[in-house]
Amino acid sequence: MKHTLAVLVENKHGVLTRVAGLFSRRGYNIDSLAVGVTEDPSISRMTIVVRGDDQVLEQVVKQLNKLIDVIRVTDIESGESVGRELTLIKVAADVNNRSEIIQIVDIFRARIVDVSAKSLIIEVTGDEDKIKAIEKLLKPFGIKELARTGKIALTRGSKKV
Amino acid sequence: MGDSNNKMSGARALIECLYREGVDTVFGYPGGAVLPIYDELYSSSIKHILVRHEQSAAHAADGYARATGKTGVCIATSGPGATNLVTGIATAYMDSVPIVAITGQVPSPMIGNDAFQEANITGITLPITKHNYLVQDVADLPRIVKEAFHIASTGRPGPVLIDLPKDITTDEIEFYYPESVELRSYKPTYKGNIQQIKKAADEISKSSQPVIYAGGGIICSNASDELLEFAENASIPVTTTLTGMGAFPGDHTLYLGMLGMHGTKYANYAIQEADLLIAVGVRFDDRVTGKIESFAPNAKIVHIDIDPAEISKNLKVNIPIVGDAKWVLKALTKVIKQNNTQNWINKIDEWKRKYPLHYMTDMSLKPQYIIEQIYEACNDAIIVTEVGQHQMWAAQYYKYNHPRTFLTSGGLGTMGYGFPAAIGAKVGMPDKTVFDIAGDGSFQMNSHELATVVSHNIPVIIAILNNGYLGMVRQWQELFFERRYSSTCIKDSVDFVKLAEAYGALGIRVDKPEDVRPAIEKAIASKRPTLIDFIVECEENVSPMVPAGAAINEILDLEVKK
Ligand SMILES: Cc1ncc(C[n+]2csc(CCOP(=O)(O)OP(=O)(O)O)c2C)c(N)n1
Ligand SMILES: [Mg+2]
Repeated sequence: MKHTLAVLVENKHGVLTRVAGLFSRRGYNIDSLAVGVTEDPSISRMTIVVRGDDQVLEQVVKQLNKLIDVIRVTDIESGESVGRELTLIKVAADVNNRSEIIQIVDIFRARIVDVSAKSLIIEVTGDEDKIKAIEKLLKPFGIKELARTGKIALTRGSKKV
Repeated sequence: MGDSNNKMSGARALIECLYREGVDTVFGYPGGAVLPIYDELYSSSIKHILVRHEQSAAHAADGYARATGKTGVCIATSGPGATNLVTGIATAYMDSVPIVAITGQVPSPMIGNDAFQEANITGITLPITKHNYLVQDVADLPRIVKEAFHIASTGRPGPVLIDLPKDITTDEIEFYYPESVELRSYKPTYKGNIQQIKKAADEISKSSQPVIYAGGGIICSNASDELLEFAENASIPVTTTLTGMGAFPGDHTLYLGMLGMHGTKYANYAIQEADLLIAVGVRFDDRVTGKIESFAPNAKIVHIDIDPAEISKNLKVNIPIVGDAKWVLKALTKVIKQNNTQNWINKIDEWKRKYPLHYMTDMSLKPQYIIEQIYEACNDAIIVTEVGQHQMWAAQYYKYNHPRTFLTSGGLGTMGYGFPAAIGAKVGMPDKTVFDIAGDGSFQMNSHELATVVSHNIPVIIAILNNGYLGMVRQWQELFFERRYSSTCIKDSVDFVKLAEAYGALGIRVDKPEDVRPAIEKAIASKRPTLIDFIVECEENVSPMVPAGAAINEILDLEVKK
């Protein structure tokens, strides 16, 4: 089972190491981790996608809470939240197939952010399934490089974590 | 009025902070990066105990903390000084002992450049501290020290490390000590949930075969009186873990002794037949539970602990209560109703009669006998141990009637812990008689501290149960590796009596049962650091024993030999 955790932490040096260290030493599996400062500059928000059954998740949450610099941990349920990931894909493209790629990009409401004679860089935002789908369609053209941010998420409505 | 007379160096400010925290003693070892701190110590009223290896400074701070209940403090220089603390910090972490470790660091601008004697000690100790700090601005120092002592001693206690770059100790600060700590992310739960406590009380009234399984958490929370009152009011027998020895009076009729791998048979049988287990300040460690799937198979489990992460970590429990043991036990005692456990107690008493702890007595000098004699000679001592067979015998054959009188490395199992921890205990509790029950192997891990006890005149008594072996490992080799004693024979390592004398301590050798008591009396009367080298039966085994991976009622007697 995959879970998305929103982890509010003190925006101090070393906090990322503490969190990452916890996951590795206790043997928890991280799928992705995204981190950035929040509307309050003294707080950073980590979005961690973790894999495990309910018992593992319970331990992850409790152990995270034990870290002095962790302010709050929330398990964000998928139905009640908006999750997004940004991916940049550099795909091989020339005059012959460029228009075909542009069609795909349009369908996915992605954007082309760089063009050169032999390649394009495509920016796509969405949930994991969408990114997987476009990646699959672009693969035959030759993906040269790919960078993903990892998922970030907010709960819907006025509720905050 | 800007720069008043409160301006001082970081080093001076550190000492000022220690005063404010009520620190009377620090254990440490100097070096380049802590020179400014040592210069301030020179003229301060805080006592500095100079050890002979930084590992001992950490263990001594730990022993001081366990014996007094106050936070222990140790200091080491950067690089090797700091890394030498690591075993001591890990030992304190595993047993939830409040210590503050202060390390020197290379000057801030040089950090990260592999400077002389640089080690990333905050990185190294990340997984073995409750929290740690690298001070980056001298203005933060008072707040950090305040937080460090607060974090170390509250909630589930543990070690906190402060890494102090040398330039920070010479930078100037306008000193101001904060009165309170503001940590929005750290708020331990002390009061247990009343609904949960009522549920527990309900289960207690329904139960006919309850057992209390109490651990080090009782001692951390100073909850021994509350435990006694609860157990007596509800008529529930009590077993303790190794680190929980002394949490409940050792000579009480409801007491079952220690449980687990080398526990009493009756404690283990009681757990396995219990219909309700009330676990307080424990963590279901594998040395206690044996095969966890068959631990307390018939029991509903109530688990009281201040650390939410301990709840259902190893074993799913039915009624968790997060809170301070003292608070929760008090509240629980208020709401329990009368219940009748007399049949259950009778059954346990029958087991006690049938399966007492025992050993074969013959003409030879038995280690168990020595522990009994120490108890006879001094029943209110602080007993500190090393790790091995002697540690188990010290747990089995001395009756601990008060908390903070049995200090041992339970979680990490650190050989070499006992002697320096005994130093810390004696310094913290000078009126108590302090014994280090040692093995001949363990003692050699920190025997150089004889210099410390002699130079500071700290009269601890070292009782070496000298079996010529790394006995606990030899026991496993005997039982599970066809007596192939690979690298466990250490006979004739050294003449311990001469070693003691070389340092200026009193040395006594004993090899006959009749000389045991006089030697102990002599050591106590001498008021000097004393080492007694007890030459004991060399292949004695710790019994009974639950083989690794077995259920705890599959407990065997081992002593039938020769
Ligand atoms: C630092 C350390 N190294 C190794 C061990 C593994 N170990 C556990 S008990 C033991 C033997 C201890 O021998 P001794 O101190 O003579 O005690 P005895 O068992 O003979 O009473 C060893 C080597 C340990 N616990 N700690
Ligand atoms: Mg030995």
